Amino acid sequence: MSDLTDLTIAEAREHLAQKKISAVELAKAYQSRMVGHKDFNAYIIETPEIALAAAKVSDEKIAKGKAGIMEGIPIAVKDLFCTRGVLSTACSGILAGFKPPYESTVTANIFGAGAVMLGKTNMDEFAMGSANLNSFYGAVKNPWKRKKDNKDLVPGGSSGGSAAAVAARICAGALGSDTGGSIRQPASFTGTVGIKPTYGRCSRWGMIAFASSLDQAGSIARTVQDAAIMLEAISGFDEKDSTSAEMQTPKFEKALAVKDVKGLKIGIPKEYHSERLDPEIKKLWESGADWLKKQGAEIVDISLPHSKYALPVYYIIAPAEASSNLARYDGVRYGLRIVESADSLDEMYMKTRGEGFGPEVKRRIMMGTYVLSAGYYDAYYRQAQKVRKLIIRDFDEAFKKVDVILTPTTPSAAFALDEKPTDPVEMYLNDIFTVPVNLAGIPAISVPAGLSKDGLPLGLQLIGKMWDEETLFRVGGVLETAADFKTRAL
Amino acid sequence: MDEKTVRKIAKLARLQLKDEEVQHFGQELGGIIKWVEQLSEVDTSGVDETATAGGVRLRTDEVTDGDCREAVLANAPASEFDCFVVPKVIE
Amino acid sequence: MSLIKGNTGEWEMVIGLEVHAQVNSNSKLFSGASTHFGAEPNTQVSLVDAAMPGMLPVLNEFCVEQAVRTGLALKAQINLKSIFDRKNYFYPDLPQGYQISQFSHPIIGKGKIILDMPGGEKREIGITRLHLEQDAGKSLHDQSPSSTFIDLNRSGIALMEIVSEPDLRTAEEAGEYMKKMRQILRYIGTCDGDMEKGSMRCDANVSVRKPGGKLGTRCEIKNLNSIKNIIKAIEYEAARQVEIIEGGGEIRQETRLFDPDKNETRTMRSKEDAHDYRYFPDPDLYPLVLTQEFVDKIKKTLPELPDEKRERYVREMKLSEYDAAVLTAEKETTEYFEEVAKKTDPKLAANWITAELFGRLNKAGLGIAQSPVSAANTSSLVSMIQDNTISGKIAKQVFDIMFETGDDPKTIVKNHGLEQVTDTGAIEKIVDEVLAANPDKVAEYKGGKDKLFGFFVGQVMKISGGKVNPAMVNDLLKKKL
Repeated sequence: MSDLTDLTIAEAREHLAQKKISAVELAKAYQSRMVGHKDFNAYIIETPEIALAAAKVSDEKIAKGKAGIMEGIPIAVKDLFCTRGVLSTACSGILAGFKPPYESTVTANIFGAGAVMLGKTNMDEFAMGSANLNSFYGAVKNPWKRKKDNKDLVPGGSSGGSAAAVAARICAGALGSDTGGSIRQPASFTGTVGIKPTYGRCSRWGMIAFASSLDQAGSIARTVQDAAIMLEAISGFDEKDSTSAEMQTPKFEKALAVKDVKGLKIGIPKEYHSERLDPEIKKLWESGADWLKKQGAEIVDISLPHSKYALPVYYIIAPAEASSNLARYDGVRYGLRIVESADSLDEMYMKTRGEGFGPEVKRRIMMGTYVLSAGYYDAYYRQAQKVRKLIIRDFDEAFKKVDVILTPTTPSAAFALDEKPTDPVEMYLNDIFTVPVNLAGIPAISVPAGLSKDGLPLGLQLIGKMWDEETLFRVGGVLETAADFKTRAL
Repeated sequence: MDEKTVRKIAKLARLQLKDEEVQHFGQELGGIIKWVEQLSEVDTSGVDETATAGGVRLRTDEVTDGDCREAVLANAPASEFDCFVVPKVIE
Repeated sequence: MSLIKGNTGEWEMVIGLEVHAQVNSNSKLFSGASTHFGAEPNTQVSLVDAAMPGMLPVLNEFCVEQAVRTGLALKAQINLKSIFDRKNYFYPDLPQGYQISQFSHPIIGKGKIILDMPGGEKREIGITRLHLEQDAGKSLHDQSPSSTFIDLNRSGIALMEIVSEPDLRTAEEAGEYMKKMRQILRYIGTCDGDMEKGSMRCDANVSVRKPGGKLGTRCEIKNLNSIKNIIKAIEYEAARQVEIIEGGGEIRQETRLFDPDKNETRTMRSKEDAHDYRYFPDPDLYPLVLTQEFVDKIKKTLPELPDEKRERYVREMKLSEYDAAVLTAEKETTEYFEEVAKKTDPKLAANWITAELFGRLNKAGLGIAQSPVSAANTSSLVSMIQDNTISGKIAKQVFDIMFETGDDPKTIVKNHGLEQVTDTGAIEKIVDEVLAANPDKVAEYKGGKDKLFGFFVGQVMKISGGKVNPAMVNDLLKKKL
């Protein structure tokens, strides 16, 4: 039975089609494995009845020859997505008990394609964090451990639960979201594949908003092919989201059919080099470039001159948008309300929000409120949006010379739960390679490429042109084959 | 960030903070602000931050939604007479 | 210019008005819920209006059209690119915790409105801007002593905020401005202007200064729900400010409420920092980009506006200013009149409508939209007067019957045998009859008593049942006497 959880999505799909296994068997196999791996705290709620009911329907569909592209595949869903009738809290105390009477477009899409929901996964509260240490439901443990000690490590964030679940094989694949790296960074920390598509590729309707101009749904899976299948299932224009693009969803999986990178130009941004860059990571980055060269690509040096400003730009814009998006959590229409000791409506707001939000969320709300406030708007928010345009221009220029850009995903491997930096700015530096991508709205994928000397996974990031996820999957597939990352956490 | 500013911002954002939090956030926010200040050295003259590839999408004027009071009130912490209920607001 | 007489001299009022006009549309500005007035609480609320987690706005094209239409009617600049900004503040009837509005780049720029003051003077008042924004829900404070109830039906309905330049100088002008604005909006159909229902609301900014002096500090007065109250509130506020300044005090810039029972303005609970709205472009909505083509298409659908119509009536139809004003006051009246005047002499039509129709409508408490006499039938009647089928006097009788029954005049005249007699021979017969029956009066008339002419006319009318053509009677009598 446990072997069934070893199957990738593509393999499981094959087995199901050939009636070697049933969807119900597959779901049960995962549920059984989940029982033995609760200590990662990857799931905040499990949905066994929903899973089995859906699996049954999948079996019927498969029998009728009407299988969708994710038919019968058991997945985990990040708690950021509103799932009808099922707890959806963005792992925040302020949404404790919230069961939406609606389904997010992205989950409706993937369930429409036949996927089966095993449960909702843990995450940093309101997607704010890079280690999944900011959750109302407690920290998530990375299934990976260092060789040198037995310390519990962070899985990365904010999609820490999703990434850990994939790495521990307690789901076939997982939905995540990426605003500043929240899919790619945990994918790198957990030896999994994570893709953030072009902004507008996936609908944000029903996705609890953090930073509207940056948020995108995406997938975390064991292989590039699996990630492609999942992304295809969730993508598509949604008229209920004004930022959703009227673009046809390509058959992403097909991109992997091309197994070389002949004729492609791979850009290496010089600004991403620094003396502070960990030598292991530098070495891996160089290996990556070599592998792609051997497969026919041309390596080109490029410059992204405003790179160093990306993090400060992000940490002005994201909190600003968040401070406004989170204003609706006021205890009036849903979620937590603290009114007992409140003498007035204003006090109800203050207490509810003061207690309902965790410290990182409060920090970012205040940061956002500050940079939008009278007297500071021009110097901070407006200036950040202008610099953002320059960062976008940098990428536009670079993509005139290259097809894909190769960088490390993270500046380090996973660190221990008790090694979290106390200075928030230091924590924010984890996102240094991932954040520019969100600012530009372009797609990027993280592929596990090697192990640190401590035995922890390290990822390489490929950044693509707008709407060109296909090239990312193609190059990602080649990178994956070359890296031959076979180690498992468990 | 000085205490007065922290309290002012917290009030604007309707966040009740304990005294230790005010101190703590003051330090952290001060550090973050100092860090992002480097953006002021970037020459952004002539950059239009409102420029976008396309304009906002429009929809036709049809009644396609609403009439779902149950769903709207389903998660309300307090409701009565089909309305949301909150502590009295004095104008 | 009307000035306030204070103790230290004369003071000038400086007034600016902000009108919030609900857009006449089927669904809301950013959601598909209905805008219909008077529905059961929270039945016209979508999940977007309720600001549920993950909900997003989608812009209603028709609301954009209505704003452009209004801008064109106000002779204003149409901004082909405008931006939606979030105005952030906390209030229970504001579910998102922000209102989607337009701050830095509104859809409509500078325009103007011309007021026709009762004395005949024309005053041009500048419009600063017009922008689109969401209306808020309703907070019901009076249902319970300790709780406020929230109904979100109104939340998200499109509003046009129309801001005037501070060009108004008297409370009366402010009243005229509101009347004119309401008239224009109703003419072009972008807002029904119903202040009682709340589809048109007004805030007034009032300050005072010595004529020619520096602008004074202004106060904003909210909760003005009728033109009468606007005038009263402005007068009170201006007087209040003069008294304070003359007493050596300073005006504090604040928001005040008008109390219509006590006829005074009062400070609203001071909100202090609440006024930092932290406007920023809504990241869920791209900028609104219009083409000149879009604007031109809307321009073509604009009806003739009240001022132009009034001038045309005076110029082409030779109506009096007064009649022109009355007939163009409301779009329905104008439409009625123009239909009648299509086939008749406009002056005659105007007289008939203002004198006969309005009188009867007022008495019955009906508006022109509820007129029991259709425009077609009135047109028919006026035509019959024009071509001498009936006399003016008979026409009034016929009209009474038309008003009661709604029947058309031709049928009524036929059934009651009320056709005017125009056969010279027949009239001559009656005239001869009358003169023969009153020889002494004829003698008196010939002797110099000219007034008796009316007596003879009256007698002819009596005998003929009023059906003879008066002009012909006059001619024949003159001949025979």
